[in-house]
Amino acid sequence: MHEPVIQARDLSLTFKTNDGPVHALSNVNLDIHQGEFVSFIGPSGCGKTTLLRVIADLESPTGGVVTVNGLTAEQARLKRAYGYVFQAAGLYPWRTIGGNIRLPLEIMGYSKVEKKARVASTLELVELAGFEKKFPWQLSGGMQQRASIARALAFDADILLMDEPFGALDEIVRDHLNEQLLSLWSKTGKTIAFVTHSIPEAVFLSSKIVVMSPRPGRITDVIDSPLPQDRALEIRDTPEFLEIAHRVREGLRAGHSYD
Amino acid sequence: MRNVVPVLTVLAMLVAFWWAAVAPMNMRAALDVAERAGSTVIPTGSVERRSVPVLKLMLDNHQHIASGYSLKRPRLPTPSQVGAELWKTTGAMAIKGRAFSKRSLIHHSWITLQSTLWGFLLGTTLGILGAIAIVYSRVANMSLMPWAVISQTIPIVALAPMIIVLSNQLGIQERGVPKAIIAAYLCYFPVLVSMVKGLRSPAASELDLLKTYGAGGLQSFFKLRLPASVPFLFTSLKVGIAAALVGTIVGELPTGAISGLGARILIGDQFGTPLAIWSALFAAAILAGVLVTLLDIMQRITLHKMGFRA
Repeated sequence: MHEPVIQARDLSLTFKTNDGPVHALSNVNLDIHQGEFVSFIGPSGCGKTTLLRVIADLESPTGGVVTVNGLTAEQARLKRAYGYVFQAAGLYPWRTIGGNIRLPLEIMGYSKVEKKARVASTLELVELAGFEKKFPWQLSGGMQQRASIARALAFDADILLMDEPFGALDEIVRDHLNEQLLSLWSKTGKTIAFVTHSIPEAVFLSSKIVVMSPRPGRITDVIDSPLPQDRALEIRDTPEFLEIAHRVREGLRAGHSYD
Repeated sequence: MRNVVPVLTVLAMLVAFWWAAVAPMNMRAALDVAERAGSTVIPTGSVERRSVPVLKLMLDNHQHIASGYSLKRPRLPTPSQVGAELWKTTGAMAIKGRAFSKRSLIHHSWITLQSTLWGFLLGTTLGILGAIAIVYSRVANMSLMPWAVISQTIPIVALAPMIIVLSNQLGIQERGVPKAIIAAYLCYFPVLVSMVKGLRSPAASELDLLKTYGAGGLQSFFKLRLPASVPFLFTSLKVGIAAALVGTIVGELPTGAISGLGARILIGDQFGTPLAIWSALFAAAILAGVLVTLLDIMQRITLHKMGFRA
């Protein structure tokens, strides 16, 4: 077995607030291997987004260590080890779709030819070819989110960190984007960490589901999905799918005291 | 273009109000003139009339109301008198090829415009630099911002003479310099406040995104903060240029200046020629309107080119 791509050991993060400390993460241990699609699922406040942000070096843990590609989170960030997709597409309104995808390439100093080629190929990948010259407001919410995924794919990062990227979209668009994301995953072979609060989404997408619960934020269950990597939306009606979904739901219920 | 009708309606109402106000405002002066010309006026004598309400004078001497609309030195000139005076000192002189003669308002507007533009340039630059300092430095944020606010609470009319005396002391001969400084003093503040807001407008997630790219401070300034602040900048420029014009005119008032719109207003006051005051006033208003409109057009073009939704 190879070294895990992302490894967390005894990870803790406590925020100090006026109402006393908030334990966003408590003793989190996790291995994510090359090519896995890992979903973090749990109710609000369970620390799933915080965990993703710690991996991305956007938050610093107060205890424990996290390594990415064998490096510290900060080293990995500076080496541009991952692409990050936020909940809001966050495209710059003054840049065209092509210009937005070019942004990381400009910052990382890619050559002009390289920039052009990569913008074209990532647009192709997210099925937005022909929209390069459009401005964000001319696109629907789902298309904007696809453009923001393209922006995270444009440079050579093997890891894709996604924080509820489809949370604000309606269910039909969401289903479509989930299918697209799966085909993108199998085409690119990237390691994906995906935060969601939707059980069907987590089960449909993942090869591994991490169930979390709040107060303190912790991992309560890790499920290795027996579903084949190649799956269509119809798989959601199979007994295997429903069984995993049931286990996830049980895990969420066990960890969630309705106080 | 949708707002042409409402704007013209309001304008028509203002002009109508103005025109109606001319009769009571000029009644006493009209009666003085009529009396001197030998007409019978009730009651006789300028001093006696002082204690009589204007409305009663108008009722008793209604045949003289009309003459209030054509006085040589009216207390309140009619719109057409101001229009005629404005034309006489601008367009008519330009046709005669004397647009920049010392008696032409075009000449005086040009003098005022020069200081306004220099002050605008100086004030805008200071405002933008100050905003950058405030956004990037905690110390500047805590020290600069309160002083910027305090600076605007000092009445500019009190400060203007000091600036002029001071720049004289420093041996600056050019009359435009202190005026430009006063203009800049009024102009920098709206730019500073807006640009602080604009440079801070990117959301936390937008800054986080650049962090995930390992972007440096300069990159996040030029690629995110600066472009995000452009809509804020233009809004403040429009306020700033109007403030700069006011600052310049105030700077021309107490200086014994002989040219510039402010000097025309002061001279008109001293020599009792209200028509000169009013036409200078309107020249200033027209100038401000033109400058703000130009900036508005620039704003539309820039934002459209940048892809901001109109």
